[in-house]
Amino acid sequence: MSFYDQIQAFEWAEIGKVIGERTSDDVERALGTRPMNLDSLISLLSPAAEPYLEQMAREAHRLTQQRFGKVIGLFAPLYLSNECVNGCVYCGFNARNPVDRLTLTVDQVMAEARHIRDMGFRHLLLVSGEAPHIVSMDYLKAVADRLGEWFPSLSIEIYPLDTSSYAELIEHGVDGLIVYQETYDKDLYGQVHPRGKKSDYRWRIETPDRGGTAGFRRLGLGSLLGLNDWRTEGFFLGLHARYLQKTYWKSHISISFPRLRPAAGGFQPRFPVSDRNLVQLLTALRLFLPDAGFTLSTREPATLRNHLIPLGITLMSAGSHTEPGGYTNITDAEAQFEIADSRSPEEVAGVLRQMGYEPVWKDWDAAFLRS
Amino acid sequence: MEIILNGQKQVFSEPLTVAGLLDRLGIHPKSIVVEKNLDIVDRENFERETIRDGDTVEIIRLVGGG
Amino acid sequence: MNQPLVIAGRTFHSRLLMGTGKFSSSEVMKNALEASGTEVVTVALRRVELDNPQDDILSAIDTNRYLLLPNTSGARDAAEAVRLARLARAAGCGSWVKLEVTPDPHYLLPDPVETLKAAEILIQDGFIVLPYIHADPILAKRLEDIGTATVMPLGSPIGSNRGIRTRDAIEIIIEKANVPVVVDAGLGAPSHAAEAMEMGADAVLVNTAIAVAGDPESMARAFKKGVEAGREAYLAGLGHSKRTAEASSPLTGFLRLN
Repeated sequence: MSFYDQIQAFEWAEIGKVIGERTSDDVERALGTRPMNLDSLISLLSPAAEPYLEQMAREAHRLTQQRFGKVIGLFAPLYLSNECVNGCVYCGFNARNPVDRLTLTVDQVMAEARHIRDMGFRHLLLVSGEAPHIVSMDYLKAVADRLGEWFPSLSIEIYPLDTSSYAELIEHGVDGLIVYQETYDKDLYGQVHPRGKKSDYRWRIETPDRGGTAGFRRLGLGSLLGLNDWRTEGFFLGLHARYLQKTYWKSHISISFPRLRPAAGGFQPRFPVSDRNLVQLLTALRLFLPDAGFTLSTREPATLRNHLIPLGITLMSAGSHTEPGGYTNITDAEAQFEIADSRSPEEVAGVLRQMGYEPVWKDWDAAFLRS
Repeated sequence: MEIILNGQKQVFSEPLTVAGLLDRLGIHPKSIVVEKNLDIVDRENFERETIRDGDTVEIIRLVGGG
Repeated sequence: MNQPLVIAGRTFHSRLLMGTGKFSSSEVMKNALEASGTEVVTVALRRVELDNPQDDILSAIDTNRYLLLPNTSGARDAAEAVRLARLARAAGCGSWVKLEVTPDPHYLLPDPVETLKAAEILIQDGFIVLPYIHADPILAKRLEDIGTATVMPLGSPIGSNRGIRTRDAIEIIIEKANVPVVVDAGLGAPSHAAEAMEMGADAVLVNTAIAVAGDPESMARAFKKGVEAGREAYLAGLGHSKRTAEASSPLTGFLRLN
């Protein structure tokens, strides 16, 4: 059994229809339900819940503080490579985009990492396109080995691997796995991922299962907001997160909320997600998943990020560069997407403190458990 | 021969099969289970399995329980 | 959402499992089983009484109608539980077993370490294992991980009729479980059974409260209704006390500026 098997019970179109039919009575009943079930999630994602946004926001705020306290974790992405064999139509790394390609050498990775560490980060996210011939297991293990002493927490957001490869990376100190499904709608998934290994929907959707089986301490999910109807997408995200929480109960599950950003290739979102929509999605999922981590990247502008923090965010990136070598200006390789919040990590930390939050650079150190 | 039957010493004048023992005790072989020296005796072997001097025999059945 | 209960691939329309101990007579038990609507009945294994060998409970239970669920009551460690389970199978009970390991003779509380050990052995041996446990969410997940068909957390000690004293922990078990959660032990009144079902338990197991009631048949019927009422209330979505809304909107006020 994997999530692929679970999801067969749910039709994309049918869920969308049910969401559209919800009434304010349904929403009020959902707001009173504890614990929230899938039916309440559907109501909270519906257009009928829009007038209840403030009430949802208050409850989301209360639940998040109760569960996580007044702290926000900070991390930085380190882009290893923008090489990619895939053809994701929305992504700047799309193999057919005529952009400069670069894969950092291990020494270049360390130069970037030093810069990131000097900014204060102890939680690092390694990112790469799908280029297994260049960003190979040997390369990843070498990078993880060297980074281990500087970063107590290492996560990866790279192309999907098999279970034994994940187990190997865990051995080498990687403790988190992030993989976005992009969209849970199988038909659309095929359209926006026409080529390469990424066109395999099932391989993609079972990646967190493989990561959970291998034993990652943290598993991250996300849908690329703008590709498809965000309400239905939100339902499947919630379903997936809850499935993972139950099945890989030793792993902490987190969700990211990436909205499509301008990138090379000029893809336009077919289903734009407004700020108001984003708030509804975030708070509905927080009410449904009080224990999940919620991640917000520098895709969003500074002011909006500040406003979203109290609504359920637990983890933020800051000072990010989304091109390989971007922190140390090694080259002018293409970025994955444009950054909207260009504040320095120090500035972001300062704002957090002003808002009454403790910025946390490091919340877990696995090193003391390693032999 | 002397055996331990359901925790009590019992003496029989001659060796018995399991079926013979049950018959002697007036126990219908349906819905009981017999264990000889901690091994379960298959129902099909009741006629063949012999009880010998010194054996420990348990005759168990289902009773009410929660 | 009102789907039947499925345990190990088998479908049940009643969510009340019933024990058969402590009844005053087979006839009383038979009528109580009938009135409860149950489809799963538990039985125990004991030595045949040599001076009174004809007391056969199976003559009072229609095994075409009820699934027999033998328990391992009396076992004080994993080895004894495994032995009892194998005896039950040899007695013709099939391969389902309610695993109980209770070294403490006073409260009959289950031993988590021996229970996990026994479950592992029995699953290897092809049994369908329904373990009786304290309301420990991590133990529940550990048992689910090795392949038990359910988990059966206790509401309060066996036979105590004290109701659900482990509510907070059972809520977590229900929230996290991928297998059916059957609340077992301590349910002393139909309202206790209803409470378990309202919380989202998949089923309950009741014995003492029915067996020792003044009129067991009526009490069995009352438990049937309690279970059904609780289930229906759970599915209907219980209303909770509402927080009063406040007029100001500081958390989402920023959206109006855009």
